[in-house]
Amino acid sequence: MDTEMVRLTAIAQNIAQVARGMGLDFYPVNFEIVPAEALYTFGAYGMPVRFAHWSFGKAFYRMKTQYDLNLSRIYELVINTNPAYAFLLEGNHLTQNKLVIGHVYAHVDFFKNNHYFSHTPKDMVERMTAHAEKIREYEGLYGREKVESTLDAVLAIQEHVDFRSHIGPDYKKDKTPNYPLKNKQTEGAHSCQGPGCQGQGCSTKGTCGSCGNCQQPKVSTREPNKAAARTLRNSTPYEDLWEDLSDKEHEMQPKQDYEDLLYYLIEFSPGLEEWQRDIVSIVREESLYFFPQIETKIINEGWATFWHAKIMRELELTENEALEFSLMHSQVVQPSRMGLNPYYLGVKIWESLAKKKSLEELFELRETENDLSFIRNHLSKELVEELNLFNFRKAGAHWQVTDIDWEKVRDNLVLQLVNGGNPRIVVQEGDYEGKGGLYLKHCHEGVDLDVVYLEKTLTLVQFLWGKAAALETVVDGKPYIFEVSDGLVSRRQKNKADNN
Amino acid sequence: MAEDIIVNHDDWGLHRKGYLDQRRHKEKVEEVIKQQLGDLIVDESIILSDGKKSTKIPMRSLEEFRFKYDLNKKNHTGQGNKKMSPGDILGREQGKGKGSSGSGAGESPGEDIYEAEVTYEDLANILFAELKLPNLDDKKRPLIAHDRPEFNDVRKKGLMANVDKKRTLLESIKRQALQEKEDKDQRLKITPEDLRFKTWETRPNFETNAVILAMMDTSGSMGQFEKYISRTFFFWMVRFLRLKYENVEIRFLAHHTEAKEVTEEEFFTRGESGGTRCSSVYKYALDLIESDYPPAHYNIYPVHFTDGDNIGSDNSRALTLMKNLVEVSQVVGYGEILRTHYSSTLMSTLKRITDPKLRLVTIRDRNEVYDALKAVFS
Repeated sequence: MDTEMVRLTAIAQNIAQVARGMGLDFYPVNFEIVPAEALYTFGAYGMPVRFAHWSFGKAFYRMKTQYDLNLSRIYELVINTNPAYAFLLEGNHLTQNKLVIGHVYAHVDFFKNNHYFSHTPKDMVERMTAHAEKIREYEGLYGREKVESTLDAVLAIQEHVDFRSHIGPDYKKDKTPNYPLKNKQTEGAHSCQGPGCQGQGCSTKGTCGSCGNCQQPKVSTREPNKAAARTLRNSTPYEDLWEDLSDKEHEMQPKQDYEDLLYYLIEFSPGLEEWQRDIVSIVREESLYFFPQIETKIINEGWATFWHAKIMRELELTENEALEFSLMHSQVVQPSRMGLNPYYLGVKIWESLAKKKSLEELFELRETENDLSFIRNHLSKELVEELNLFNFRKAGAHWQVTDIDWEKVRDNLVLQLVNGGNPRIVVQEGDYEGKGGLYLKHCHEGVDLDVVYLEKTLTLVQFLWGKAAALETVVDGKPYIFEVSDGLVSRRQKNKADNN
Repeated sequence: MAEDIIVNHDDWGLHRKGYLDQRRHKEKVEEVIKQQLGDLIVDESIILSDGKKSTKIPMRSLEEFRFKYDLNKKNHTGQGNKKMSPGDILGREQGKGKGSSGSGAGESPGEDIYEAEVTYEDLANILFAELKLPNLDDKKRPLIAHDRPEFNDVRKKGLMANVDKKRTLLESIKRQALQEKEDKDQRLKITPEDLRFKTWETRPNFETNAVILAMMDTSGSMGQFEKYISRTFFFWMVRFLRLKYENVEIRFLAHHTEAKEVTEEEFFTRGESGGTRCSSVYKYALDLIESDYPPAHYNIYPVHFTDGDNIGSDNSRALTLMKNLVEVSQVVGYGEILRTHYSSTLMSTLKRITDPKLRLVTIRDRNEVYDALKAVFS
């Protein structure tokens, strides 16, 4: 075993040198050889030290079953930190590990240089360890069931975070935008939880100050919605950002939307206890950390695959090794049965770019693009045709091909990548119908929501908000408002009386 | 330049995190099963099997809800291994019938179709945890005790037939090992002192026998549905009682205006026509108890399924006989399988019996079998 470690270390050093020589620029990498079970755990949790939740257990079971049945195999997992951690599957052959190590260095190069990763904390392992400890502590204090049901609800909406929150002037002033609990307004929000407050005090946060208006009679809570929205705006660290965007958005939206549902809940939810707010902020921080990985899946996997092939060609391989390498490489880029293989699509685009552009230019693209722009800018007609890409949809009981026109295929792919593939849900107000309800709006972009999921998820949002929660969306071309109050779901068509 | 690279290979054997959360997921799935028990226990794949093999029912894993797009209303992008053209069919519905027309691409766009499986054992464990055996009459128990020999001691004297060969040999070896070494070549000899005998003690054994008298109305009005319901009920009843008693017998009595004993197969499959006289089967059951199953030695569980459509003039006789039946039995189940909201005159007649050993249930829907089981075994 030890000699194998020594050999592997030598190989890793060699490959690191080759990779640097070719221009890759990465953080130091710690390699760790782990058994399949551990690797699949990390895959399911996204991080070795993440907090416990049954949904990770479910993912783990699924991944491990697929591995046991030989349906799929992860060879490695890289953690985006500095230094980076790479986990290699125990039992990888030496040649496989050569390829994997090259792949890892390219990933780390991408993490280090791609713009979308520039704001992810580089000490995420420590942070997540602390998060996990906190959640364990809460389980001890408040009971496992309570913590679990809070996590169930928060994880259901974990994608609804403002992933561009770091853009804007305030970001530089406030160094810890990911820790909203520490800013004053949140403290204000907590003092706002008296029974008389009804949450409206929360939605007038800006004027709240030391929360004086909690004592005010209820009349003051009947503030016009617009004013409430404005005060809300001013109370957030995104104030200046709103100024920038307002011109553009103003034409479409009569009033300001608030992108960050989780942040909104932390700040204004009348129904959450302190520790629950903390859980929301933990999930939010981790969500912000993971999002760049979600939005760069194709480009990043493509980049790593492109590079491991390039590096392997630089290494002196025996005939057997070369064969083994080709075999594994072709497995990695195998077109997927169930959709698009990001490795395959990504590497194909990078390879086509390499034919036309210099290495310099490629490095520049890996700094500036994410999946969406990568597909939008570089998926060419030739590639769509070469890869036999097509659009399809459900027609009756069948799945039917609808289009093979390259632009339509490309645009459909782009559409699926918008907002990380998640529907865009914004908060419109925190005092709906003057009763402290939360009003969300789905920004319908041509595709309806799954109504069953919508109702269940909205119920969870209502749990977090504590009062009624409503969501406006479009079903079959008609505007609908779904509302959950006391766990009961109702839906009605939106009419002119609803001036929201 | 030399890179500062660390390659580690630690022991990850104690990394159980994934398993712990997986177990939590399983627990949660089991909670869901509990809620759906009523539907699950009437599943054909279990009832029509012999219940010995581990039948598996696909169970959706817990869903993780989120705001997501309706996959059926959305355009997906896929990849084929040949040129496609608009209008090509990729496949039918999700899940089944994968990979037609050589495309292989995305019939099931990212849908979570992972299924946990529930085995018959899982289901039985959950179900039986909810059931209790009623009216175990403690006074009766010594009466059904038999003396049973239990070999639990080894002695130097005893009957030759009960010689313990293994221990005898061991003694012989031990003895000879202690002797002088010149005997070494000699064959192993067994002396009378070496002999060891197994001996027994007699213990009162509470032999537990139970008999189920499965009675069913086979008159014309009992259809497939009614048969299936009763079959489901008896299926779980037999298995539940087998946990509690050493021997569980089941006798099948079919009746219309007259009662007779039939085989299991006939009981569940054959239908007859004619009217209904429930007293006939109660009489038959009482006779059977008298001849074959003395109540002092048997725990008797008569269960009668009918649609309650009894000949009116028979009700009072049925009531008298039922009273007798209740007296000798642990529990009597009377189940009416009905599609209407009214209960029968027989049901209201039987309600006059106040003995809690008589359990009256009405089943209107498949999933009410579960409630019926709980009503009888509580």
